Amino acid sequence: MSISTAPWVWISALLSIAILSFLYRDNPLYKFAEHLFIGVANGYAVTFYWHNILVPALFDPLFRQGKLLYIIPFIIGLLYFTRFIPKISWLVRIPIGITIGYYVGASIPASIQAYIIKQIQGTILTPYNFQTWNAGTMGVIWSVILFIGVLCTLSYFYFSKAHKGILGTTSRVGIIFVMIGFGAAFGYTVMARISLLIGRLQFLLGDWLGIIH
Amino acid sequence: MKRKFPLFLVFIFGILGIIPFLIPHPVVQNTDDFLRNNLLRILAAFALVLGLGSLLKVHMDKIKRKRQNWQYSWILIISFIISSIIGLFGGVAGTGPLPTSIGSFPFDIQTLYENIIVPLGSTMFALLAFFMASASYRAFRARSFEATLLLAASFIVMLGIIPFGDRISHHLPSLAQWIMNVPNVAGQRGILFGVALGTIATALKIILGIERAWLGGGE
Repeated sequence: MSISTAPWVWISALLSIAILSFLYRDNPLYKFAEHLFIGVANGYAVTFYWHNILVPALFDPLFRQGKLLYIIPFIIGLLYFTRFIPKISWLVRIPIGITIGYYVGASIPASIQAYIIKQIQGTILTPYNFQTWNAGTMGVIWSVILFIGVLCTLSYFYFSKAHKGILGTTSRVGIIFVMIGFGAAFGYTVMARISLLIGRLQFLLGDWLGIIH
Repeated sequence: MKRKFPLFLVFIFGILGIIPFLIPHPVVQNTDDFLRNNLLRILAAFALVLGLGSLLKVHMDKIKRKRQNWQYSWILIISFIISSIIGLFGGVAGTGPLPTSIGSFPFDIQTLYENIIVPLGSTMFALLAFFMASASYRAFRARSFEATLLLAASFIVMLGIIPFGDRISHHLPSLAQWIMNVPNVAGQRGILFGVALGTIATALKIILGIERAWLGGGE
């Protein structure tokens, strides 16, 4: 056992313990660590945006290289500050409108491409899809199950007609696939969190206390 | 003017967002490049002002009115100011005009990130493992066929991922993988179609000015 003498390791370890103390109950140590986290994280965000975006992408081209075109984003960006001046606060809608407009516009073809066309390509029964499983003849069966599963799941979310008759059967099969999907996603998320916990315990018991190597 | 002009901008920039996917001409692509890499990036950086302004306003208000746990707001504000000064004047890795180390003890923004933000963030997410376990204990009682399926799928996936699962049965990891690849994908894909259609519908409503919640209240 060799306890670390590095000050930052001690700070990290004590802060980690402060967060873990929430397992007992909400307490001053946790609240301290929580507020410190928000404060430092926002300070880091300011630094990140300043050094990585505003200086290289705006101030350098505008003030050092004299590219006057950059005055446009500069002025539009400054309009965000009008939020704090009640009389002209409506001007904040201009940069917000530009940002929202562009991103929702770009999301239309992106969604069609990534979530509709590609997903349909991956679902339909083709020899290519049969082989992607690398499971020989079983690949065909997995593809058929996937195909039926997607159709049945979609039928479950079809609310314009009562779930009776054939639609009742398919939506019942659909909910089975949805439940397995939710279960799998839950299990996977829990394991990701456990993995993070193992990482923190390794830090506390290894890097800090030197009990494990 | 106060509402119509922003709505007009949303429409124009909405179209500007769609066009580059349809027209591969260099003029269109270069304009899109400028919009993405310069205008929108810069606007995103300025948008931080709104978030920070709101955060600081809430905490200053909390201190002023001495609301419950107001003392901790000082910690947030002070740590924010100090880390901002260190980051802005000390440079990303201690390369700025402000000295960011005392002897062999560094306190530049990268060191703060590695030793405060990363451990605190990952411990907070790790903490969720306990709460998820406690929540699942209460929620995952196999009360119906669907709940049993959910329980079984998550149990197999969890066991299949860890090395212990392989010791129980050699087939368990491949069964977990099969659940992730086949029924899970089928269920998620059905939901994804709905999400995509919802995204497109909402995007069209915003571009056409039918959905105006983003304008906020007021005139």
